[in-house]
Amino acid sequence: MKRVMGIAALLLVIMAFSAVIQPVFLDPYNLKNILRWTGLFGILSLGETFVIMTGGIDLSVGSVVGFIGVLTVYALKVLGISIPMVLVLALLASILIGFVHGILITKIKLQPFIVTLCGLFIYRGLARFLLNDNTQTYGNGFTGLKFLSAGRLPAAFWPNHSAPPFVADWSLPMPFVIMLILGVGLSIFLNRTIYGRYILALGKNESAARFSGINTDRMTIIAYIISAVCAGFAAILFSLDLNTVQPSAAGNMYELYAIAGCVVGGVSLKGGEGSILGVIIGVAIVRVLYNAINILGIATQLEFAVIGFVILIGVAADELIRRFARHRTKRA
Amino acid sequence: MNRETILNGSAAPADPEPCLLEVKGVTKRFPGVTALRDVSFNVRRGEVLAVIGENGAGKSTLMKILGGVHAPDQGEIALDGARVSIDSVQAATALGIAFVHQELNNSDNLDIASNIFLGREPLSSRTLGLIDRKRLYQDADAILGRIGMACSSRTLVRDLAISSQQMVEIAKAISIDARILIMDEPTSSISQHETVQLFKVMREMKAQGISIIYISHRLGEIEEIADRVLVLRDGQVSGRLERPDIGYQNMIRPMIGRDIESFYHLEHTVSREPRLEVQDLRVPSHPAQPLSFTLHVGEILVFAGLVGAGRTELLHALFGVDRPLGGRILLDGKPLTIRGPKDAIRAGIALVPEDRKQNGLFLEKAIEFNVTIAGLDTHQKLKLIQFDRCEAITDGMVATLNIRAQDIQQLAQTLSGGNQQKVVLGKWLSLHPRVLLMDEPTRGIDVAAKLEIYRLMEALAQTGVSILVASSEMLEVIGIADRVIVMCEGRFAGELRTKDEITEESIVQLSTREN
Repeated sequence: MKRVMGIAALLLVIMAFSAVIQPVFLDPYNLKNILRWTGLFGILSLGETFVIMTGGIDLSVGSVVGFIGVLTVYALKVLGISIPMVLVLALLASILIGFVHGILITKIKLQPFIVTLCGLFIYRGLARFLLNDNTQTYGNGFTGLKFLSAGRLPAAFWPNHSAPPFVADWSLPMPFVIMLILGVGLSIFLNRTIYGRYILALGKNESAARFSGINTDRMTIIAYIISAVCAGFAAILFSLDLNTVQPSAAGNMYELYAIAGCVVGGVSLKGGEGSILGVIIGVAIVRVLYNAINILGIATQLEFAVIGFVILIGVAADELIRRFARHRTKRA
Repeated sequence: MNRETILNGSAAPADPEPCLLEVKGVTKRFPGVTALRDVSFNVRRGEVLAVIGENGAGKSTLMKILGGVHAPDQGEIALDGARVSIDSVQAATALGIAFVHQELNNSDNLDIASNIFLGREPLSSRTLGLIDRKRLYQDADAILGRIGMACSSRTLVRDLAISSQQMVEIAKAISIDARILIMDEPTSSISQHETVQLFKVMREMKAQGISIIYISHRLGEIEEIADRVLVLRDGQVSGRLERPDIGYQNMIRPMIGRDIESFYHLEHTVSREPRLEVQDLRVPSHPAQPLSFTLHVGEILVFAGLVGAGRTELLHALFGVDRPLGGRILLDGKPLTIRGPKDAIRAGIALVPEDRKQNGLFLEKAIEFNVTIAGLDTHQKLKLIQFDRCEAITDGMVATLNIRAQDIQQLAQTLSGGNQQKVVLGKWLSLHPRVLLMDEPTRGIDVAAKLEIYRLMEALAQTGVSILVASSEMLEVIGIADRVIVMCEGRFAGELRTKDEITEESIVQLSTREN
């Protein structure tokens, strides 16, 4: 809990800093954007969290965003399949992807890094092949589906955009709402169910978990399925948000944002540690930084460099503080 | 260069000083335990000093002090009559003290020569760090010649047999111009024939004036090779033997010391009813040795033997960690299929593993997490953990087992070894097992906690729990066993059925007897 407080404090400091230098930061429109992106990337990071929790890594989520995005728009627009069928198809494809990753890692005992790196290449290739590298748009239809990415609550409860200005300004973007609901669900899964505990146990000490009767292979596979399904779901939201899917670019490098969100949010890459709330705040930090670079007039070419530096400083500070704390308890 | 002298085989000038190494009054304390208390001994030039004692007697701590890993709290060490402080491994090496560990420390992807000179490679260019390959292999081959190793120093270490890999370690020691070589159970993983070869090399080294400190549990070997014996017990010197006195009985007596009867003596009734019947079980490590035995209700059956005799593998097979290759297991008369630990746990079998940090505990998790993890699927409703129930169970275990902790959320890593072991026990006792498998149940824990665990085992046996123990500690075996099966190289070498039969002598005889 202490750790989450620290991360939250870091978020507040960055926000205050941005707001003081550039008051536009606090503009409802700007904050709404940050929340929307936090929601979209948050879904990715929440899935990634479970894989990292087992001591593994999922490098494929960016390509899964591209592939499932392409698959969805292809099935809807090119093949003309109904929306519910397409959603089921996307879900099944995501589950299959996660399942295959998990099987390769637990049964064939390949390293997670290698399996998901290959996935990164494979799904990107398939995505580009499926649409022949052409950009495909959703066009003007699919308003119901688009509500998932563009809708806002509670403003949507007023018919015909008649919500009072205050409500319209401060309504939450749907991706953020979805991410919060998902976060609550996954938080219960992680902290309250026996399976969450099994994942924590195997992430901390896989051998001891096995000796305690935990089916470690099954739990690992479940973690990779959670990651792939989150990525697949985010894929649909991302593509609806842009209204188009560009096979070679959709989700490109998103796996790194997903991992960064987890790391900033206090998930240990060694496994077995981390909190859902921390990850959400971690993702928010990355998004706020991204936003700040834009509105503060920092050269956008420096974007990656700034994000990289801030994450590095944050993680290094966390490590040093923890080492200091450990040192102190040892002496006491 | 010293190395040159050694390579050319010219003997060091005779030194009138008879003692090469002198250790005086060394004491070493660790939190909660005094590992060594006022230990003094000396090593003469060109002799083999054997150091023996039970597990936990302080042998390895003493050697780590000589090797520069630990610093003594009190006492002094003198080399050639001059006081030295060995504050690092590098310092020990510089003084000519070399270590051949029980576990091999070679980089098996490199060849023999590279291993021998790892970190001290002869260079042709110091600035560029270029290795003088010609000299590297020449020097290495010369050393191999001296210890009678026939192969080329270009052979990759991973292509060597275990015993040859051990020779590489010895070659390493010679290459640093070691005057004192510490060997920690060098024969534990090699065959009889290879042992003969090792002893030949050791005699060769003695003749060259190198002193050897030899740690082993195999008393027969010590009778053969040692010039003097130092016996440790509970961190103190309990016996010193000169060459003429070195004999089996003389070594055993100071090792065990106190009267076994007064140490702990368990009394409970063993039922005639079989609990676990194992028929022709074959474990992956020794596939050619079918094992059959019966464990009765309320019985404490101990598997004794040397390291590597196959006891751990047998327990792992019974618990489903490693799947057996064949055989039948009956529990209370019903056949049992164990595909994994889960099946074993469901059937009421629990395993307290040998390496509790690796296989028993989640060190960075709380006591409560550790105690309840194996039984979570019974402490849940709709897969949601019943936290109040978990806490109640943990509180109960902390009280029953007398686990000393601030509260149940304390991390396991902050507990002492004995309390950690009790947490592992708590994990299983909370599930009320019918068969408790315990692999070296008191390894590395202090005497008080040991006694608590023995009493607990006694209490469990009284309530009808059947306990299967694998133990290398003679005192433990003799003290707690209703029956002993001695294992040797994967097979049952013999069974000792009564308290009169269960003696140190019979166990040692059975566990070392050649086929």
